[in-house]
Amino acid sequence: MSIDALSTILLIPALSAALLAILPGYRLTAKLNVVAALATFLTSLSLFVVEPVSGQYLLMDDLNKVFIVLTTFVSFTTSVFSASYIQHEIETGRLAPAFLRFYHAMYQTLMFAMNLALVANNIGLMWVAVEMATLTTVLMVGIYRTHEALEAAWKYFILGSVGIALALFGTILVYMAARPVVGEGLDGMVWTVLVKHAAQFDPALLNVAFAFLLLGYGTKVGLAPLHAWLPDAHAEGPTPISAVLSGLLLNVALYALLRFKMMLAVNSAAIAPGPLMVTMGLISVIFAALMLYRRRDIKRMFAYSSIEHMGIIVFAFGMGGPLANFAGLLHMTMHSLTKSAIFFAVGHIAQVKGTQKIADIGGLTVTNPALGWGLMLGVIAIVGLPPLGIFMSEFLVVSSTFARAPWLTVILVLGIIIALGGLFLRIGPVMFGEPKGKTAPAEASYVPMFTHLGLVLMAGIYLPPVLVTGFQNVAKLLG
Amino acid sequence: MSSLQFDIAHLLAGSLVLASFMMLYQDRLYALLNVYALHATVLALSVAWQAYVQQAPHLYVTALIALVFKAIIIPVALHRIIKRLGIHREIENAIGIGLTMMAGIGLVALSMVVMLRVTPSADALAREDLAFSLSVVLLGLLIMVTRRNAVSQVVGFMSLENGLVLAATGAKGMPLVVEISVAFSVLIAFIVIGIFLFRIRERFDSVDVQELDRFRGERR
Repeated sequence: MSIDALSTILLIPALSAALLAILPGYRLTAKLNVVAALATFLTSLSLFVVEPVSGQYLLMDDLNKVFIVLTTFVSFTTSVFSASYIQHEIETGRLAPAFLRFYHAMYQTLMFAMNLALVANNIGLMWVAVEMATLTTVLMVGIYRTHEALEAAWKYFILGSVGIALALFGTILVYMAARPVVGEGLDGMVWTVLVKHAAQFDPALLNVAFAFLLLGYGTKVGLAPLHAWLPDAHAEGPTPISAVLSGLLLNVALYALLRFKMMLAVNSAAIAPGPLMVTMGLISVIFAALMLYRRRDIKRMFAYSSIEHMGIIVFAFGMGGPLANFAGLLHMTMHSLTKSAIFFAVGHIAQVKGTQKIADIGGLTVTNPALGWGLMLGVIAIVGLPPLGIFMSEFLVVSSTFARAPWLTVILVLGIIIALGGLFLRIGPVMFGEPKGKTAPAEASYVPMFTHLGLVLMAGIYLPPVLVTGFQNVAKLLG
Repeated sequence: MSSLQFDIAHLLAGSLVLASFMMLYQDRLYALLNVYALHATVLALSVAWQAYVQQAPHLYVTALIALVFKAIIIPVALHRIIKRLGIHREIENAIGIGLTMMAGIGLVALSMVVMLRVTPSADALAREDLAFSLSVVLLGLLIMVTRRNAVSQVVGFMSLENGLVLAATGAKGMPLVVEISVAFSVLIAFIVIGIFLFRIRERFDSVDVQELDRFRGERR
């Protein structure tokens, strides 16, 4: 295999993970982490210029190009945030310098695993990559070694492994369905081959396979009945990891699900995966929206908000069609950018105030105006108020599905409104209430947060035509 | 394939389901580990037989991993961990044994109905293997939900994973089987070496997950 952009975005994180595991000194490694993430991002941009050829193991098409660029961009900005976050953690003694070597190596390993899952052209390889991403995040969630962090990591580990195991069973069933048609051996797991021949696969076997894949990868997406790991993992791990989990890892699992949905769509005799996804999406939206009202922990609250938004995205993809797919893609991009920006703000706020309890944080717009207004802007974006990007994508989701399924759309809108009320109710005192907690000025890096929010604002006002045509191509591909 | 070859494969896969049932009613950690070692040995035999029948030499690697890693190293390591931690030997079941066994029978029936119905076109051996392996997977899940002890949950997960390996080897000519079984072994090694157990031990003086549950939910 020759070295092209596709293998480079895998090689950079893999090599830097090895390097960061050896190098001492957190200042140096934090910088190297940023450099490696930037290099990966720049390489991913080159995919637009020279399109690499897909092989038996690696795949490049319009769909994963969007995911790769988004993933590498958010990993880069998160690594910038992580550098200043980590410095504070070292100074307050919450993390020992020895752990940081491990932390940075794991960060790059996670990047490698996510990129591998996105470029894999082999459903077995994709599965191994998602497993690896799960494992690294489990280790990172438990890094503080407090009671809560260990419980969160354990819960995440057990539920994540069960999900991963079910996904593997589904993968084996897909191979079983493919074997009579494409023959034994490697071809039976190559995605491009599978999708070409999927029309002749045994529909009954495909149906069962998809049920397992939906349950398995759906656990990782955080869909409602299977979400139990998600709030704990977000709340107890280091905040850069919460940002990566919400902004990226959920998307990677969703990507796996979309690939299999595309395969089922080719086979007309198999069940339509759409209604299943719509149902799970709606349950997630309503459930998470209601759960927002009783939250006491600020990171946990935004974790529930992530479940809600993944629900909206899965709903949009479940409805299908060029418009709804376009809306789902746009919403996914906007959510990744906004939610990671929110976690950047929340991370610094929790450091300044020394707590994550909503009741102990107050009057942020007075005590730390930049952080406070940054978070406020993020919240305004995430609840879907105009003129920000999420308003536009939610509007598109609703308008593109209303004609086809008015009642379902009404339920969705209801969920969005309930979530809006819950978030504003909780965030109001945090922003404008009586100032509480420590008021020390924050040593924060504002650049990643405001870059993300700026992009979201820009997308809400003006979407560049290049982006629109790009997304339209992907939406067509998704069927 | 001769009918004798088929019968032996059938026998071994069936024994794996039986071993899963045996794990369901063990109420001591050491006994549970011994049954798990038996479970992994049966898996190794079954995979080796598949390797012979399918004439797929790479499957012998998977069988060897199952035998050495899962049937010997892991149980021995867990034995030592249990001894060193001095954790109580009783396993608290969340539900009674009778009810658990009934649920197990129900799950096996369910997997037979589902898998045999959807795979009429596949060859007989693969069909039976898939049905049995789904049973083992579901029984593994049942073990995980009925136990409160962290060690026995891990054992439940490992038995579930054995079911997946059975399914992967039963699917004739499936690529990456060896790689996947290695990936799973890494996953298991990660836990069993004790990252979690040791830390949990260090912090809670117990590996009973119920202790963890005290900290569940949000800090108040």
